[in-house]
Amino acid sequence: MAEQSKQFEILDLIPGEAAFRAYGSTLSELFSNAASALFSVMVELSSVEDKVERIVDLDDPDQESLLIDFLSELVYLKDAEAMLFARFEVAVERKEEESRLHASIWGEPINRGKHRLGVDVKGVTLHRYEFKQLPVGYSAQVILDV
Amino acid sequence: MLPSMKRISEVVWEIPTSYKEGMRVPARIYATEKLLNQMDAEVINQITNVACLPGIQGYAMAMPDAHWGYGFPIGGVAAMDEEGVISPGGLGYDLNCGVRLIRTNLTETEVRPKVKELLDEFFRIIPTGVGCKGTVHLSVPQFKEVMVAGAKWCEENGFGWAKDSDKIEDYGQIQGADPERVSNRSISRGIDQLGTLGSGNHYCEIQTVSKIFDANLAKAFGIDQVGQICVMVHCGSRGFGHQVATDYLRIFEGIMPRYGIKVRDPQLACAPFKSREGEDYFKGMACAANNAFANRQLITHRIREAFSRVFKRSAEEMGIQIVYDVAHNIGKIEHHELDGLKGDFLVHRKGSTRCFAPGRSELPHLFKQTGQPVNVGGSMETGSYLCVGLEGAMRQTFGSTMHGSGRTMSRAAAKRQVWGEELQKRMAQQGILVKAASMSGLAEEAGVAYKDLTEVVDTMEIAGVSKKLVELRPIGNIKG
Repeated sequence: MAEQSKQFEILDLIPGEAAFRAYGSTLSELFSNAASALFSVMVELSSVEDKVERIVDLDDPDQESLLIDFLSELVYLKDAEAMLFARFEVAVERKEEESRLHASIWGEPINRGKHRLGVDVKGVTLHRYEFKQLPVGYSAQVILDV
Repeated sequence: MLPSMKRISEVVWEIPTSYKEGMRVPARIYATEKLLNQMDAEVINQITNVACLPGIQGYAMAMPDAHWGYGFPIGGVAAMDEEGVISPGGLGYDLNCGVRLIRTNLTETEVRPKVKELLDEFFRIIPTGVGCKGTVHLSVPQFKEVMVAGAKWCEENGFGWAKDSDKIEDYGQIQGADPERVSNRSISRGIDQLGTLGSGNHYCEIQTVSKIFDANLAKAFGIDQVGQICVMVHCGSRGFGHQVATDYLRIFEGIMPRYGIKVRDPQLACAPFKSREGEDYFKGMACAANNAFANRQLITHRIREAFSRVFKRSAEEMGIQIVYDVAHNIGKIEHHELDGLKGDFLVHRKGSTRCFAPGRSELPHLFKQTGQPVNVGGSMETGSYLCVGLEGAMRQTFGSTMHGSGRTMSRAAAKRQVWGEELQKRMAQQGILVKAASMSGLAEEAGVAYKDLTEVVDTMEIAGVSKKLVELRPIGNIKG
């Protein structure tokens, strides 16, 4: 069995902010790993149980912007519903005119006594944003406003 | 590699417009030689990008605590004339992030034995950390009232004392707020967050007065003696303000071509201040700013409750009064006269504090004779300052000064050097108790990650812009 490739890494780019690079052999996997990277900044993912499911549907003319839209939507849901998410099943389809995303995400309400929290993410930025198609798969570098 | 700079005075360095194509004004950096050498190269790149924005007047300025930010550096000041632009990146995304200083009649001797109990109580009643929800539940119409009335809403709804807002920048209520100019998305993101501290570098800190530099002015602000206990609150408009900024950044990105505006960095997206979009953003920004004043007011109310419960005395009896509350991420229309310029300007302050000299009409009446108090928060290990605005601010910086110590180290690097638990233990040995929602978040805020705050405030004192009145040392801190 092939060794499982790296899902994401936390990067050290800028004073004061958090950043990651996520990988995926497919677009869907990239989006799912980027979502895990985002929440890993805010909480130790293993401390979050998948009790509640939310559905996210988005579309955008290009897949690069779609990833930013998706991550921004997750930041929004975290605040609007006071929930943390740790499991993501994402399907990204590319059609001629647009990229479409359908995601099932699982998590639970934020509980300071239970969750091992990190730092809150307030926004997803375009600063030094990189979205790359690799010889096999994709990678994306994202800087988060914390 | 720093560009060649002209030394204007001991602590003022100028980068001429010839440094970069498109610079409309020179850039000026306030720093001692030591701070200048520590400054990251991105500050130079970013402040000279700011100097290219349409309508900028005088100088694009970086304060001594400047460090990298989105588009604008944090610690940046830019004043635009009426033909100029407004840029969300220039006001900061956490709109009206600011610092409130609260004084008490209590002394360190009385409070030291109770610090742990106080922090437990703070932590219990001031929601702290990732995505925390507030304890005041508002309907959408009530939330809109908060956007318009700011800290006054709190006063009117039992979360403050009658004259609290006399000691807040703009009386805690910025005029021109229009709740119809913010999205439903920002409302649902922020409606449950009033009275919460948040995370990152936000904190609520019990401090003791460790030095007084000017006894008369300190007394006028309510600081009477060394060993007096104060509380400092650093937070902003939480998810609400961030969403307002994000929404308009997106709008501005789309409309810049229509207005013929080109910027050197997408995070400098802007619109003419006199366009519909620019005016809408200003009205939305005012909503977020008022929300932040209300946020710090509600936290003040909780602090009074916590002290009352722990010391079994009324907050009035303990003299728990606001010293002052400043915004350090904000845009203001102000009249200035400097270097041959005269008129109304839209002053962008991002990680910079207004610091008006005595006599300015905008100052709350209590401070018209003294000049504006300036609260400067340091790292949780090293301490903070209360300063005051001087005449030099009006002649040099559009009435602006530093906001804090400024980071020098990334969060990841700080975490590699420091363990949260070890830091907590080391700080306890130094007499500083900390309670944090996140241990890794705590490590990211270690003192080693910040510049020397004394050097920063001294820079602006040498420049004649603001001067130190009181030094404060932390003895207890809660953070997200």
